[in-house]
Amino acid sequence: MREVYADHAATTRVVPEALAAMVPLLGAAFGNASSAHRRGEAAREVVEQARASVAALLGALPEEIVFTATGSEANNLALKGVLAGLDHGRAHGRRRLVVSAIEHPSVLETARHLESRGFPLTVLPVGTDGVVDLECVGRALGDDVALVSVMWVNNEVGTIQPVREIAALAHAAGALFHCDAVQAAGRVPISVGELGADLLSLAGHKLGGPPGAAALYVRRRLRLVPLVHGGHQERSRRAGTEDLAALAGLGVAAGRAQRRLAADEAARLGALGERLRAGLLAACPRACLNGDAVRRVPVIVNLCFRGVDGEALLHELDREGISVSTGSACSAASPGPSHVLTAMGLPPADAHASVRFSLGEGNDEADIDWILEATPAAVMRLRAMNDPGVRRSA
Amino acid sequence: MIYFDHNASTPVRPEVVEAMRECLADVSANPSSLHRGGQRARAVVERAREQVAALLQARPDDVVFTSGGTEGDHAGLIGAAWALESQGRRIAFAALEHHAVHGAAEVLARSGFEVGHLPVLADGWVPPAALDALPADTTVVAVMLANNETGVLQPVAEIARRAHGRGLRLLCDAVQAAGKIPVDFEVLGADYLVVSGHKFGGPKGAGALIVRPGAPFEPLFRGSGHERGRRGGTENVPGIVGLGLAAELAAREQRAEAVRLLALRERFERGLREAVPDLVVHGARAPRLPNTVNASFPGARSDHLLMALDARGIEVSAGAACASGAVEPSPVLAAMRVPRELAVCALRFSMGRTTTEAEAEQVVAAVGEAVRAVRAASAGGGA
Ligand SMILES: Cc1ncc(COP(=O)(O)O)c(C=O)c1O
Ligand SMILES: Cc1ncc(COP(=O)(O)O)c(C=O)c1O
Repeated sequence: MREVYADHAATTRVVPEALAAMVPLLGAAFGNASSAHRRGEAAREVVEQARASVAALLGALPEEIVFTATGSEANNLALKGVLAGLDHGRAHGRRRLVVSAIEHPSVLETARHLESRGFPLTVLPVGTDGVVDLECVGRALGDDVALVSVMWVNNEVGTIQPVREIAALAHAAGALFHCDAVQAAGRVPISVGELGADLLSLAGHKLGGPPGAAALYVRRRLRLVPLVHGGHQERSRRAGTEDLAALAGLGVAAGRAQRRLAADEAARLGALGERLRAGLLAACPRACLNGDAVRRVPVIVNLCFRGVDGEALLHELDREGISVSTGSACSAASPGPSHVLTAMGLPPADAHASVRFSLGEGNDEADIDWILEATPAAVMRLRAMNDPGVRRSA
Repeated sequence: MIYFDHNASTPVRPEVVEAMRECLADVSANPSSLHRGGQRARAVVERAREQVAALLQARPDDVVFTSGGTEGDHAGLIGAAWALESQGRRIAFAALEHHAVHGAAEVLARSGFEVGHLPVLADGWVPPAALDALPADTTVVAVMLANNETGVLQPVAEIARRAHGRGLRLLCDAVQAAGKIPVDFEVLGADYLVVSGHKFGGPKGAGALIVRPGAPFEPLFRGSGHERGRRGGTENVPGIVGLGLAAELAAREQRAEAVRLLALRERFERGLREAVPDLVVHGARAPRLPNTVNASFPGARSDHLLMALDARGIEVSAGAACASGAVEPSPVLAAMRVPRELAVCALRFSMGRTTTEAEAEQVVAAVGEAVRAVRAASAGGGA
């Protein structure tokens, strides 16, 4: 059976170059990267090389990169690290956090938690197109705002947020701007300078690197209170013995992602995504695209197949060798409808009828052929089984 | 090179390397994904959870995977302190705790928590009775199982009894003990237990925090429900696989290995005493890890000794690895009231699974030479 991995937004496969860089480090070098031993020197070199590649991918300086274990940790560090720094000052009037309603839970839950600790929160709505409305941003930006956090590319529907404009508005209002670029890094060219981000998160396992290594860009001279403290690693911004192999993998994957962006690999994958979208919309009656048709990365295609249970469709496709996810893939633990689709105004039934296809390196035309063949048939089977006239009439 | 610095980090076991390599190549889905690939990744993670639980006599459900000991100490201490905030804003621990605990306390102090101190006896351990003197608004205490510099074992079970008698929660940093000596979460009675893979043949970047059911806890990293809502972030699947296998191997071998290392260490220590009769072994009268010797060589400064040993192909550490390079006496030895001039002459020797008898003999000989050489140079005004 053909195996088609169309769940790259959940995690990408580790690219062979990254794997090759990691394997010798899994066993050989066991010195502590902070010790003065010779092995420690070699270890430091590995870490600094990875830092340089990640910095290059973002157009940042190496010393502006703080390595973390996960993208979620980077997001937690960005929000808590900035607000804790303000708290320290006390006298400061700026304490408000502004985030969008479609942020990843690692931003949204952290923001809600901070709200419970006395940092007021504004949650920006999105339109039915899954894009943050700039006018709402403008209205939210009073002089009490400390930090605005809006993601670049949404992980569920792939919509691209107007982050550059939001960054400019935030700065004009005297606030800092954090961008969760976990789904953007490697998919769209990023320059932190052009964007105007003060902080920006990415995760290795979404761009061809391994899990266990992620990064937060922290603009030079920005004051950030560490969440994990007590060692001088990462210039005292994140303590803990470094996972050398994972960092090396992240570095190689970042370098490779940058080269592929330059070589317009994104265009090839984007064309596949467009074919997938158009093909499925044409072949599946009553299917519709979730999220704006234009302002999105074409490799993430989230479709609502009315009258079909998304999870049932996922398993049906899985039997055909096709790996996809439901809208709420990242939170298998929370069975409610996706907060992203809900924020876009989808009724729960439609949210539960939605499935995300996400393409990446390794996908080719034949994969799309197979998805276009298997999916409409699976949708029809499920609709027939469901007898919508009886079960979904409400 | 003879590696006598296993407390800093251990060589990753070849079986572990192989398992991780295979995992990286074969298991590429996200364990949260519902398709078969995701389920396979989930199964691999859950098997590792069982392996780690078995090493520590804990329940798999109570295991929270982390990126290592530093994160574990933070997640445990900060997570407990905030969850108990309504009862008080004070935590306590002794100066001999690892930097990671001191760091977590600094994070809490920034948010207005008070940090109290537990005393340390000259033998290197915390007297359990000291808990009775803590102020009433104390909510969490941290006591490590084995000290990273001296190897001295703390009376954790007794401390846990006293802590619970007073309604306090106990965090136990078992990073140096796990995989070296049997660690039983039930017997210890701690509410939170921290371990790290790279200290017992596993990879760096993977560790675990064990949270007793019912123990108050707030996650350090929030996110989408990973680790039963206790640690947000996509799991480091290959790291977790390596950690799990290292735990299984350690569970199988640790008793025999501890016996072997203890005999080796006794011989090693005797050898050192013969080579340098005026050496002082720190924590010598306390129960210690079977692999660790921390000794001062009067008149020979640690940084000079380190270099002299390095030149002889031997890796040891002056105090904690994290503190090497600094000539300040270690806070652990200071807490044990080791005089400063003695503390700056201390070396930590830590052996491990790969250490042989022949290596121990070579180290003894090299230390003798190095101490003589350093002392001669210092006497000649070289220092
Ligand atoms: C007692 C103790 N706790 C915590 C740690 C930190 O663990 P990790 O290196 O996994 O962050 C160490 C390691 O140096 C340690 O010895
Ligand atoms: C947009 C976005 N932000 C953050 C994360 C969190 O990354 P990680 O799973 O590495 O913690 C994810 C991935 O799940 C994501 O898609």
